[in-house]
Amino acid sequence: MPDTILVIVEQRESKLNRVSWETITAAQAIAAATGWPLEAAVIGASVSTLAAEVAAKKLAKVYAVESAQLEPYTPDAFAAALKQFLTTKQPKLVLMPHTYQVRDFVPKLATTMGRTVISDCIGFEHENGKLTFTRQMFQGKLAADVTFTSDAPWFATFQNGSFRGDKAEAGAAAAPVEVVSVTIADGVIRTKPQEVFKEVKQAVDLTQAEIIVSVGRGIKEQKNIEMAKQLADALGGELAASRPICDSGWLPMDRQVGSSGQTVAPKLYLALGISGAIQHIVGMKGSRAIIAINKDSEAPIFEIADYAVVGNLFDIVPPLIEEVKKAKAGG
Amino acid sequence: MKQVPQKDAPLKLSETGTWIRDEVPYEVNEPDAFALEEALRQREKHTGEVVVITSGPARAQQVLREALAKGADRAIHLEDNAFVGLDAFNTAKAFAAAIKDEKFDLIFTGLQSDDYGYAQTGVILAELLGWPHATIIMHIEKTDGGIRVKRELEAGYFQFVDMPLPSVLTIQSGINKLRYATLIGIKQAKNKPMRKVPLAEVQSAIGDNLQKIERLYVPLKTKKTEVIEGPPAEIAKKLVDKLRNELRVL
Repeated sequence: MPDTILVIVEQRESKLNRVSWETITAAQAIAAATGWPLEAAVIGASVSTLAAEVAAKKLAKVYAVESAQLEPYTPDAFAAALKQFLTTKQPKLVLMPHTYQVRDFVPKLATTMGRTVISDCIGFEHENGKLTFTRQMFQGKLAADVTFTSDAPWFATFQNGSFRGDKAEAGAAAAPVEVVSVTIADGVIRTKPQEVFKEVKQAVDLTQAEIIVSVGRGIKEQKNIEMAKQLADALGGELAASRPICDSGWLPMDRQVGSSGQTVAPKLYLALGISGAIQHIVGMKGSRAIIAINKDSEAPIFEIADYAVVGNLFDIVPPLIEEVKKAKAGG
Repeated sequence: MKQVPQKDAPLKLSETGTWIRDEVPYEVNEPDAFALEEALRQREKHTGEVVVITSGPARAQQVLREALAKGADRAIHLEDNAFVGLDAFNTAKAFAAAIKDEKFDLIFTGLQSDDYGYAQTGVILAELLGWPHATIIMHIEKTDGGIRVKRELEAGYFQFVDMPLPSVLTIQSGINKLRYATLIGIKQAKNKPMRKVPLAEVQSAIGDNLQKIERLYVPLKTKKTEVIEGPPAEIAKKLVDKLRNELRVL
């Protein structure tokens, strides 16, 4: 059997999670570099319609891996189902998006198969027959090239936004879809999930904002938030924050940008005292322009900033507010 | 719990180019601090004992000392520099071997580490122990048959999950408010038991790493960044010029 790449796409309530397209784009690039055939799989109770949707992309085959016990999602059922499927299929490389759901089951799946996961990758390289994955370390301050030293299947997950989902290539004809039924024995599922719910009514829709002023730990104290708010008001933008600020209750949760908050892409993202942890970056790196003000010249936020100001935000923001006001008043 | 380089600490690459040089200031991995706090709170509600465990060289003991000072009852230290280079699979195997005679009801870990960022060790440990797990937890309460936990999903969604004990939970930062160690706590910590586990004791449980860091490096910039310098008033003027003439948002 030739070495095969398998993408496991993610679905929730019968809707494909669109980060799945990004993983397909990544997988198509790896397939082109290695010459390995590319297949995909959708996992769930009844997913052949979704599998047909995926089959429009340039893939050799799409599997609908089904069992009634895969709904609702549990890590126990997903790991059991995929172990069965992968043991039969024996792919060389298994790729998934680095979502909260994948993080929940894939380390378990790999462990039960005696394998490993290179998680949260942002790129790959294929040179002299060697496949290397790039991932961020130390909160993005450093990058690492990582290889597998174990037998196949190799598991890797890709960070949200590392590849363009809209670049996933369509196939000349629809790929064949095969339904694979798996059985999950009684007693395998040990947890009982309840309904998914949304806690905060999202009062603020940051995704629609054209200008966002966002604050991080560097703002130091709750009372300093007011200064950032004044800047946001002067610019006619929305105020947002990184997770630690919302965790501290300095701003409400619906102003949080990042993997656990909102994903934004404004014309201008002005980051005040934000170091740029990966979880924050994934929520804002699509911004058209990023201005970062931070006293730490090595802060990862500067890696993705268009304009970098290394300095004390408490010195720079007050005159900036005045200058913005002047500019606005002067038309 | 894990000891990681301090957030703002400048990192220097080691000579091998596969790790950082050790002479940086270290601190407790932030999500692990929340995991400890949650364990202490659960003990205060339901009684019991809180045991903290870490792996790493002698310096990592500081993490355990702080945890004992905050109120943990005893500590286990897998002490060897070799633990730093283990992948998540082998780290979890070392922990599983070190606690094989313990009878825990719940194991808490932070959801990921600030250095490797695998987000895997807790889940792997659960699988090695044969226990159920739940990840990215924001609330825990005891029920008749076990526990009910609140999982954080993406984009503001949550889900409650009922599960039996024993189990492994990975804890999200912000689940609670961290406490400070008291002077009395710091004093008492000195007399609390700390079991040292040398590498030899768990060596047979560990195998070769299943993944390897070939190269560690400062990431290549993909974006052109313009650095804006000067005294604050001048920076403000320059930024407004950019906002108006280049970004056209004013």
